[in-house]
Amino acid sequence: MKKPPLSLYIPQPPARPGDKARFDHLSFDLGAAARMPDWRTPETELRDLPYGLVRVLGVEGSAWDPHLAPEVMRKGLRAMVQTRLFEDRFFRAHRQGKVSFFMKSTGEEAIGVAQSMALEPSDMCFPTYRVQGWLLARGYPLEKMINQLYSNERDPLHGRQLPVLYSARDYGFYSLSGNLGSRFGHAVGWAMASAYSGDTRIALGYVGEGTTAEGAFHEALTFASVYRAPVILAVTNNQWAISTFAGVAGAERTTFAAKALAYGIPGLRVDGNDFLAIWSATCWAASRARANLGPTLIEFVTYRVAGHSTSDDPTRYRPKDEGEHWPLGDPVERLKDHLIAAGHWTAERQEQMEAELFDELREAQKAAEMVGSFGKSKPPVSEMFNDVFKDPDWRVTEQRRELGI
Amino acid sequence: MPSMNMIQALNSALDVKLADDPRTLVFGEDVGYFGGVFRVTEGLQAKHGTKRCFDTPLSEGGIIATAIGMGVYGLRPVAEIQFADYILPAFDQIVSEAARLRYRSGGEFWAPITIRSPYGGGIFGGQTHSQSPEALFAHVVGIKTVIPSTPYDAKGLLIAAIEEDDPVIFFEPKRLYNGPFDGRHDQALRTWAGLPEAEVPEGHYKIPLGKAAVVREGAEATVLAYGTMVHVAKAGIEDSGVDAELIDLRSIVPLDIETVTASVQKTGRCVILHEASRFGGYGAELSALVQERCFWMLKSPIERVCGWDTPYPHAFEWDYFPGPARLARALLKVMENS
Repeated sequence: MKKPPLSLYIPQPPARPGDKARFDHLSFDLGAAARMPDWRTPETELRDLPYGLVRVLGVEGSAWDPHLAPEVMRKGLRAMVQTRLFEDRFFRAHRQGKVSFFMKSTGEEAIGVAQSMALEPSDMCFPTYRVQGWLLARGYPLEKMINQLYSNERDPLHGRQLPVLYSARDYGFYSLSGNLGSRFGHAVGWAMASAYSGDTRIALGYVGEGTTAEGAFHEALTFASVYRAPVILAVTNNQWAISTFAGVAGAERTTFAAKALAYGIPGLRVDGNDFLAIWSATCWAASRARANLGPTLIEFVTYRVAGHSTSDDPTRYRPKDEGEHWPLGDPVERLKDHLIAAGHWTAERQEQMEAELFDELREAQKAAEMVGSFGKSKPPVSEMFNDVFKDPDWRVTEQRRELGI
Repeated sequence: MPSMNMIQALNSALDVKLADDPRTLVFGEDVGYFGGVFRVTEGLQAKHGTKRCFDTPLSEGGIIATAIGMGVYGLRPVAEIQFADYILPAFDQIVSEAARLRYRSGGEFWAPITIRSPYGGGIFGGQTHSQSPEALFAHVVGIKTVIPSTPYDAKGLLIAAIEEDDPVIFFEPKRLYNGPFDGRHDQALRTWAGLPEAEVPEGHYKIPLGKAAVVREGAEATVLAYGTMVHVAKAGIEDSGVDAELIDLRSIVPLDIETVTASVQKTGRCVILHEASRFGGYGAELSALVQERCFWMLKSPIERVCGWDTPYPHAFEWDYFPGPARLARALLKVMENS
């Protein structure tokens, strides 16, 4: 009998430039929030959660509502707006030749901000380059942040790193790198060390959905599961890895939260544009970690509104207006509307806050530019040779001499 | 003083550090209850507990990522990669993370980790249990690479590596675990028993990284070697009849350039010996450094004696392995110009 020929399947996004924007490969019921089991519940009884969606904003009486005090929500809103204004400003600064490179997190601001606020100051975050809201929510000095972007004389990283690849130990923010996923396992190792030491601190690691295809993602989950590490492992599923849609990372088959099932750890799928849902899911996972119940994998479903970086033009591979059709809306607008509807905020106060933040940013940028934008100022060249090792070896000493410094 | 083979000396180093510093952790594939496939961690779990010495998943990338995270927290993890041939899944972690963390974070974070790994050939391990990948690591800025040649050095260097604030790769020449091996593969096996370099103190001592040892003084030529090749060099020098100075580098990063330079300036001839294949090997760097610093004192071209530029071949172990006869020939060759 003749066997039918095999055929190779290559996933394609539902819409390309010129097409009507669609998100067919996502499946969730926007009207219903996932149930909220007690955080002590054994993993075996949580296996429906990766297929639901944890939501609070826009869902009547969601069990996940963290019932935050209005001032906490206002603080979150402020940090999210600040993040957006900051990023818009430095995206433009790239066009003006003031930074060599920049990355925005537009549409994803709620994730870094809510997690930064929900965790303890002494907890440790192993970030991606799309959670700079973490730093702003913790009050990292704006001018210092801009000095990093400018690689100028006061750059805290001494001109060694690309813009946005911050490091801020005192703010619980681990050194960033452009390699994807290679720090996910550091979060696990750090958390294991904390547990080994009888400490109370926990870790949070981030990857994007594209990076779930890296071996490092699965290695980290294996170690986290095996040693019951007190860590929260977050996948920010923003639908796009540069031009590669989430389907190429496996989104057509299952959810990213469901990757947790094979490791026997809880997986939550969370509305990543819902400040309150992110907060609540983070606290739920943190409670488990702090009680020695081990890791949780959280998928934050969100949308990368901007391009991957200043080097990317997303209109070349996706419909120009795709973001406007994103079913989970804008995280800033959603929290703002919630606060206004509850009587804790007004459109006027929002406007006033935006004006304040705008002025603050302009002042900070001005101060950083007094030091110098990219190329106008740089740290002493001797900084090129420092910190290769704790103590320089003869190669560094000789090469410095050769360069005359 | 007790006599120890290299396995016992390494075990003693780990035992000392586990006892004197609660930040020390030892882990890797099969290292816990079983004590490692070469027995280097034997008894450590029973003595120090399962939280201090434990088994890991078969995941070299995961092992090193975990170690880095622990190091960042403030511990001093000692991770074992079961064979150097299997270190490559961890290459990204070593190169992109451990080696650069201090630099890229402006000194905010660093990874004081030690990666132990049995390495080198001479045991009929074929291409998956015999390789010497040290040049891959020597090329990476930000990590140190140590290769001991005796039980005494192995213990002192391993303790120094664990106490380093920078990441260290510690390659253990597995052919030297049970005895010195000079490449004369058709002769009876020798053990470390009774040899002075196997007299190893029980307690804590360190050999600083970046300090070479002059194993044999000589006037006519300098032989640069490390690991198993130090013993091959002794035999080759003896066979050649050349009065050669033998330098055991002990660590290739940092390199003790002063000792190397002083010796070649004295002898005027240099032969470099390593087991790894030749092209782009660590010998190429040594050769360049020696000619840059000693060119006007050289009486003959620098010679390299290395493994051939092939994968490590199973049936051809002794055709591949750079033994004493090849070194002796190279020494006689450099002596032709006088």
